[in-house]
Amino acid sequence: MIRASGLGRRFGERRVLKGIDFQLDRGEFLLVTGPNGSGKTTLLRLLAGLLAPTDGTLEVEIDRGRVGFLGHEPLLYRDLTALENLDLYGRLYRVSERRERAGMLLERYGLWEARAEPTASFSRGMMQRLALCRTLLHQPELLLLDEPFSALDTEGAELLDAELGGNGPRTVVVASHQPERIAAHSTRRLALA
Amino acid sequence: MSTSLRNNGAALLSLAAAALLVAGISLALFWAPEDVDQGILQKIFYVHVPVALTAYAAFGWGAWKALRLLWKGGDRYDLESYTAVHMGVIFGVLTLVTGSIWAKASWGHWWVWSERQLTLFLILFLFYSAYFMLRYSTDPGPRRARTSAVYALFGVALIPVSFLAIRLAEGLIHPVVFTRDGPQMDGAMFLTFCVCLAGMLALGGGLYLLELAGKRADASLQELRERLT
Amino acid sequence: MTGYLSDVAALARKDLVVELRTRDTVPSMLLFVVAALVVFHFALPEGSSRLAAGGMLWIALLFTALLALVRAFVGERDEGTLDGLLLAPCDRSAIWLGKTLSVLAFLLFAEAVALPAFALFYEPLTWELVAGVALANVGIATVGTLLGAMAAATRARELLLPLLFLPVALPLVVGGVGATLADEPGRYLAFLGLYDLIFAILSWASFEYVVTE
Repeated sequence: MIRASGLGRRFGERRVLKGIDFQLDRGEFLLVTGPNGSGKTTLLRLLAGLLAPTDGTLEVEIDRGRVGFLGHEPLLYRDLTALENLDLYGRLYRVSERRERAGMLLERYGLWEARAEPTASFSRGMMQRLALCRTLLHQPELLLLDEPFSALDTEGAELLDAELGGNGPRTVVVASHQPERIAAHSTRRLALA
Repeated sequence: MSTSLRNNGAALLSLAAAALLVAGISLALFWAPEDVDQGILQKIFYVHVPVALTAYAAFGWGAWKALRLLWKGGDRYDLESYTAVHMGVIFGVLTLVTGSIWAKASWGHWWVWSERQLTLFLILFLFYSAYFMLRYSTDPGPRRARTSAVYALFGVALIPVSFLAIRLAEGLIHPVVFTRDGPQMDGAMFLTFCVCLAGMLALGGGLYLLELAGKRADASLQELRERLT
Repeated sequence: MTGYLSDVAALARKDLVVELRTRDTVPSMLLFVVAALVVFHFALPEGSSRLAAGGMLWIALLFTALLALVRAFVGERDEGTLDGLLLAPCDRSAIWLGKTLSVLAFLLFAEAVALPAFALFYEPLTWELVAGVALANVGIATVGTLLGAMAAATRARELLLPLLFLPVALPLVVGGVGATLADEPGRYLAFLGLYDLIFAILSWASFEYVVTE
């Protein structure tokens, strides 16, 4: 499903990622490890299509609408409510029965009570949980998570653990600099230096 | 191999430019008849108009390379488009300067808004100066290449639209009749003009290739330095 | 096609809801345009012609539009939400069109105050003026949104937008002033329409290139 060969990315004169080769099949779970600044975020942004490679080739055989991406930014509008945010993304991703799906996710992630509040009033942990709801809203077949635990509170982290454990036919790529947490789920590893 | 060919191209074009421009200016000064109305002053026409046309050619070339970049991608089109716009701006400034001299000589003012070509080049100068601001303010990379390309393409759309706008703006004061006035030159004047134009185009092309080689060398030096570290 | 239009509608609606809640942009546009019209009274010497006032109106409208354009993408960049939109499977040009429509709505709000104020302070409105403003709005919003997206991605941010925008918007001023003041405004209105057509198509086609990295 994913094929990278000689993959690299430069930002101006700065080379962040260099000579990455790997293949990932459908249903696999890839754990990307490495210290800060090793290019984990860049790799995930490349996979999500937010960046184009400057070196090498990258093939991701999946429709853009079937990818779920969770990065450092929650990608949510601070002046919209939780429900309005999910509704907007639900429309853009053409989620059928988007209201039910959004309600179910908000309930599961403990945000139902806060659904009508603008997200500007959310705590960091709540924001990350809502970002997770946004990522899972359209039932992605390829899930890209960049340091998903860093901004989550304990409860949110447990919920995410459960979500990753119940991994069905979907493909997952997680980048983390503290891999203990997800090592149990992963089938493959890629260490960036 | 290819670099040496390109450098040869630059050298050949520069030689041709020198020969043609010397010939053209000699023809303009000693052979072409003096204009009945403007006298000797009209001779600057043989520099001003070819410079302006070369600037248009450079902007057009830059836009063509920009289109290729958006179509196919690739760093080399970015460099080519950038260099072409760079040349266009240099010749554009020359157009403003020679036009201003002409205006001073024939109307007694350094600037006349009624001179359409001159006004258009002022607008283009502002537009393409912003192109450089845009480039310098963006980190190098694919997005800068594409953004610059889009802007360069807007430039070629803006040239005719602005020209039309300038004509319309004059119409506010005294209605303009849209006519196509062909070259009101006799054969000798026209031939001189053509020689000057060819010389100026060759000069533009030569400078373009030279500048491009320089920028390419810079880029490869950068790459080498990066590999070493 | 209906999918495309519903994406555009959802995106434009999002901007309007945010504006309704934060009131960041439109009130400052309203105040600015009225203040500009007042300042122009003092900039124009006593006994200036109606021609001068008509020209001033267009300057006021153009600079007011810049306020909306500057804000159009800076917020999306700062909060990273533009990435969210780029990840979505919608056509990238739908993002441009949605933003263009919301900018257009903001312009209409500002003009709903500016034009009556102009009539009150200076000259009565003519249908040619209103038609000119309507046509120029399309040009301002389409090109301005594209250039706003370009500028928001640079280090200079909003500082760059006026530099990019004014040379491109100059033909709109010519068309607008002509439509307001000339004896035969039809030609100027047609010119505005032509401008809208050319630059709307260019902006629509090129938006994807300026937002993806």
